[in-house]
Amino acid sequence: MTKKVHLDHAHLLHLLKAMIRIRHFEAKCVELYQAQKILGFLHLYDGEEAVSVGVMEALTPEDAIIATYREHGQALARGVDPKCLMAEMMGKLNGCCRGRGGSMHFFDRKRRFYGGNAIVGGGLPLALGVALADKMQRRSAVTACFFGEGAVDEGEFHETLNLAKLWRLPILFVCENNLYSMGMAVERAEADIDFVHKASGYRVAGEKVDGMDVVAVESAARNAIDRIRRENDPYFLECRTYRFRAHSMFDAQLYRSKEEVEAWRKKGPILRFQTWLEANRLIKPEEIAAMEKEIDVEIAEAVAYAEAGGLEPISELERFVTMDEVPA
Amino acid sequence: MNAPEPTLTPNRMTYREASKQALREALLSDPRVFLMGEDIGRYGGCYAVTKGLLEEFGEERIRDTPLSESAFVGAGVGTAMAGMRPIVEIMTVNFSLLALDQILNNAVTIPHMSGGQFAIPLVIRMATGGGRRVAAQHSRSLEGWYAHIPGLRVLTPATVEDARFMLKGALADPNPVIIFEHVMLYNMEGDFPSDMKEVDIARAKVRRAGRDVSLITYGGSLFKALQAADALSSEGIDAEVIDLRTLRPLDTKTIIDSVARTRRCIIIDEGWRSGSISAEVGMRIAEEAFFELDAPLRRVCSREAPIPYAAHLEDACLPQAATIVAVARELIRPS
Repeated sequence: MTKKVHLDHAHLLHLLKAMIRIRHFEAKCVELYQAQKILGFLHLYDGEEAVSVGVMEALTPEDAIIATYREHGQALARGVDPKCLMAEMMGKLNGCCRGRGGSMHFFDRKRRFYGGNAIVGGGLPLALGVALADKMQRRSAVTACFFGEGAVDEGEFHETLNLAKLWRLPILFVCENNLYSMGMAVERAEADIDFVHKASGYRVAGEKVDGMDVVAVESAARNAIDRIRRENDPYFLECRTYRFRAHSMFDAQLYRSKEEVEAWRKKGPILRFQTWLEANRLIKPEEIAAMEKEIDVEIAEAVAYAEAGGLEPISELERFVTMDEVPA
Repeated sequence: MNAPEPTLTPNRMTYREASKQALREALLSDPRVFLMGEDIGRYGGCYAVTKGLLEEFGEERIRDTPLSESAFVGAGVGTAMAGMRPIVEIMTVNFSLLALDQILNNAVTIPHMSGGQFAIPLVIRMATGGGRRVAAQHSRSLEGWYAHIPGLRVLTPATVEDARFMLKGALADPNPVIIFEHVMLYNMEGDFPSDMKEVDIARAKVRRAGRDVSLITYGGSLFKALQAADALSSEGIDAEVIDLRTLRPLDTKTIIDSVARTRRCIIIDEGWRSGSISAEVGMRIAEEAFFELDAPLRRVCSREAPIPYAAHLEDACLPQAATIVAVARELIRPS
């Protein structure tokens, strides 16, 4: 039983807007990085927007998310306030983690966003725990666990898939396969690059989906979540996608050709969806213009909020190393 | 069904039984508490600590796991973040290395890195230490390593009383706590007052008062230090024995107070000497009580080698009461 996505006008606009928001947010981050207002690593999600946007559409506020270090898109798509994300990027006290986490470590307890994790594969065992806690407390929530295909190289992937199936935990595994773990091409790292097949080795059902097609991702994620809730069983989605920009800001991209990047850009999730909407007269050019303007206002507000934010006093540096209580 | 381990009197029991009673009490008093680890259920626990708990509490709360340390420790972190109070057993500290990423990069980092949005009320129990002729990969003492890490509480119950009551304190802590149970202690018998309900996990304890030298130790070396103190008393040397109990955060005050009384100090640590908890204790004394000392600080640690299998080699590797006695004698009556 395949569930169709309700493609009414409002929903189409919403999907497009969610992807453009991520793209523009990150473009602003690059500017701020060049201005040295954002420091450290900056791993852009540019090209992969359809994956987060599509998957998040299928989740409810009760569901939980485990994210990666490329989680700007995952957090924005989940509805985390761009203001506190931008402030976090700039290391400010009004950032979502008071400037302690930065680009790779967004957390939002209220939205059950259990963090960007910068150890490849390190989030997978956490997903087991969050899903197990929900199950033991008789909550019907699903945990969406995002990871790149590089995580499949790690033991945690294998341990986690096995346990998820063994304990029948409600986890949606979302493999963002962008074909490279830093510079390592997937076929140079994995003897078997059929990840759905690998998941089936742990008897976890799954499917491949075109990660450049937001509607396909949403549809697959909705079906997957329904199946997880219905059958009390994990599910695996491999989203084929591509990272248009460098791994981080320190990457000369010696491992792939410009032609390859260009060919993928032509299949870009925003370009493709917008072109399709326009060709089918589902959206008017002025609607797109208005939408982009709204997003740019939103991002300008986020930057202003971040700029205005104070700094965590150094006297607070050791606060939260140990907690005084478990937050309610 | 195996017969239950005999309880000698209500307040006298083995370290193993005390550890089990502590777990049982925790499971009975809080429905959020559950146990997870290798062979804790049907097998009854590698050291038989959890024997009988599966029958009493069922498979949901006494969870046997596959040999996937990283996954089940990480699952412990995740359940702690989402409202449970997990007690994870890692069979021995040696295997905890396979879960170190989850302990260090997630459990102790997330509260701070998330700006205080999440606490990780996770308790990890593991066996530690040498003396059982099981060679290097089963005999390490890495408590000092873990004590290096901000955000962790590191407990080393060395008495039956602490085995019985430290867990309660650990579960009351909203932060990750590791409890190290020394393998040579499980069969040790001891007693505690029958009206005892809890112990303070923040303080070191004077296990034997003395005037001439402070023997500062923890875990499996405590009983060796006490044996050494008995031997020394027959020679007219009155040794004080300090049980650190908590390696992080260290109770510096009890250490300094003792050294200020005795003016001499030997630190006994089953970890390797270089970069060890003994080095930390010694340095704190040097920083805070240098002018109280009448003699150089001394240490008795494990020899800097992997613990060997052969009995004579293993014994030579580990701190022993006789070595402590010899070092104390030399410190007090230099030849």
